[in-house]
Amino acid sequence: MQAVPALRGGSGEMGDRIFKFAMLLCGVAVLGILVLIVYELILRSGDSWHAFGFKFFAGHDWDPVNEQFGALPFIYGTLVSSFLALLIAVPLSIGVAVFTTEMCPPVLRSPLSFFVELLAAIPSVVYGLWAIFVLIPILTNYVGPFFGRTLGWTGLFTGPFYGVSMFAAGIILAIMIVPIISSITREVLMVVPQHQREAALALGATRWEMIRVGVLRNARAGIMGGIILGLGRALGETMAVTMVIGNNPQIMKSLFAPGYTMASVLANEFSEATGAVYRSALIEIGLALFLVTIVVNALARLLVWTVTRGQPSRANG
Amino acid sequence: MAETANSALHTVPPIALRRRITDHVMTGAAVLTVILVLVPLFAIFAYLVYRGIGSINWAFLTQTPKPVGEAGGGMANAIVGSAFILALASVIGVPVGVGAGIYLAEFGRNRFGDAIRFTADVLNGVPSIVIGIVAYSIVVLAQGHFSALAGGVALAIMMIPTISRTTEEMLLLVPQALREAAYGLGIPRWRTTLSITLRTATSGVITGIMLAFARVAGETAPLLFTTLGNQFWNLRVNEPTAALPLQIYTYALSPYDDWHRQAWAGAFVLIILIVTAIAAVRFAVRRGTFGAA
Repeated sequence: MQAVPALRGGSGEMGDRIFKFAMLLCGVAVLGILVLIVYELILRSGDSWHAFGFKFFAGHDWDPVNEQFGALPFIYGTLVSSFLALLIAVPLSIGVAVFTTEMCPPVLRSPLSFFVELLAAIPSVVYGLWAIFVLIPILTNYVGPFFGRTLGWTGLFTGPFYGVSMFAAGIILAIMIVPIISSITREVLMVVPQHQREAALALGATRWEMIRVGVLRNARAGIMGGIILGLGRALGETMAVTMVIGNNPQIMKSLFAPGYTMASVLANEFSEATGAVYRSALIEIGLALFLVTIVVNALARLLVWTVTRGQPSRANG
Repeated sequence: MAETANSALHTVPPIALRRRITDHVMTGAAVLTVILVLVPLFAIFAYLVYRGIGSINWAFLTQTPKPVGEAGGGMANAIVGSAFILALASVIGVPVGVGAGIYLAEFGRNRFGDAIRFTADVLNGVPSIVIGIVAYSIVVLAQGHFSALAGGVALAIMMIPTISRTTEEMLLLVPQALREAAYGLGIPRWRTTLSITLRTATSGVITGIMLAFARVAGETAPLLFTTLGNQFWNLRVNEPTAALPLQIYTYALSPYDDWHRQAWAGAFVLIILIVTAIAAVRFAVRRGTFGAA
């Protein structure tokens, strides 16, 4: 690099050192943010940890008046709403990704992926607004009664249905995570070598057989990464869920019943939480949510990285 | 010989038919998924435009909110408040994010760089509400009250990972020969990076900044207990401030029709801002002003 060291003055050397140090500080800031998040969350959830220990995550009662706090209903709500969302979003996203990379005419490819990524640009609060005034009336009038009639026997679709429910939360979450899963899947499908497709076609495979054997099978790890990334987003999604889930801290089997999630209890109660234990219990929920999403995201990144070999993802925005 | 050929002819067609049908069914299924995904997208945009255009008026864009339950008024203070918080976030987040990106691209081809890269990607997935708690702990508790600054810090924390990764990506696209040419002229490394490499990648770096900006512009959760909201005008860093997404949230959950109307108008304004930012980015990228091409 230093082709002509003799010509480079002392000021250049000094400037380089200062510059490198300043840029290093910015890089360290990224690590610092993570450390800061962990430090603050652990520090400020201490009261609750000392008061309840591990029982915090197994308790059913959420009673701020008597300072009894158990996070199980929120953990349950977060898990159920997220898995419901995955159940709906995964087939849709993979279908969209397969269609855009393997089937659709090249003219449509770019506009189609643009439209799907537009879904990712809509703010969470706008999804919530739309869900309250458009989605929920549709669910209560048409979809809910239909599910009640056909699948009521499972016990998952029973009881009165007022719209705000775990069911509505799962559907709005599904719409929100489709762009993440499908854009990662598309990225992963595009790095599958062309000769895999050609080989399958040369053996006489139909297009679907080529996709199944030549493309999807090679992209399994990356698609799994995309799904887990979508799961991470669903677990932490706050506003839209808070607006439609009904905010009821009880565990109900029926998806028609209102529920509550970890993120939405923070959104609703944090700014009004009085009392050290109450606030620290909420922060402990935040800490749990943080740890879960960190693990989920790290796992997803590793899976996607192994496929795209460390290329920065264009779809994480 | 002829017989085996014949029997082959007899057995092959049904299998081929089944495979062809499967092929068509799967193609149909893929088309169906595309339709199922695009329907909500168009439903959301169509309804947003329909309600938004019907709801937006001069008062909405110029007045502050009326007292609870009273019709009229607007979100002017929230629109300005959002711009103010976003400006604060950019002032903090953009230099740090770009700096981290420069570090990764120019000095970070090692394990430490990989650690930063991985951390940035993982930070991208941290729920925004958790970022809100952290901003509350380090700014609101330290100051003793809610403030625009706390919201700005929360949004800046969300911008940094995105900006650093896109900046790195863009700097790496600048040909190595350009750097070497500059070194050959005896230009120090810092000067090369700032005036040659970063300059060449400017449009790409700005693209990354705009995408990060568009992403945090609609964020509500990290503002709930940092900027809190405000019924009045505020442009002071240390005071609670109104923000458009917060106002939409509050009004959407209220029982008043006029507030619902204003929530739609607010959502319309917000989405226009975000879509404009994204469209500008796509346009700039397509124009290929990017020097590395």
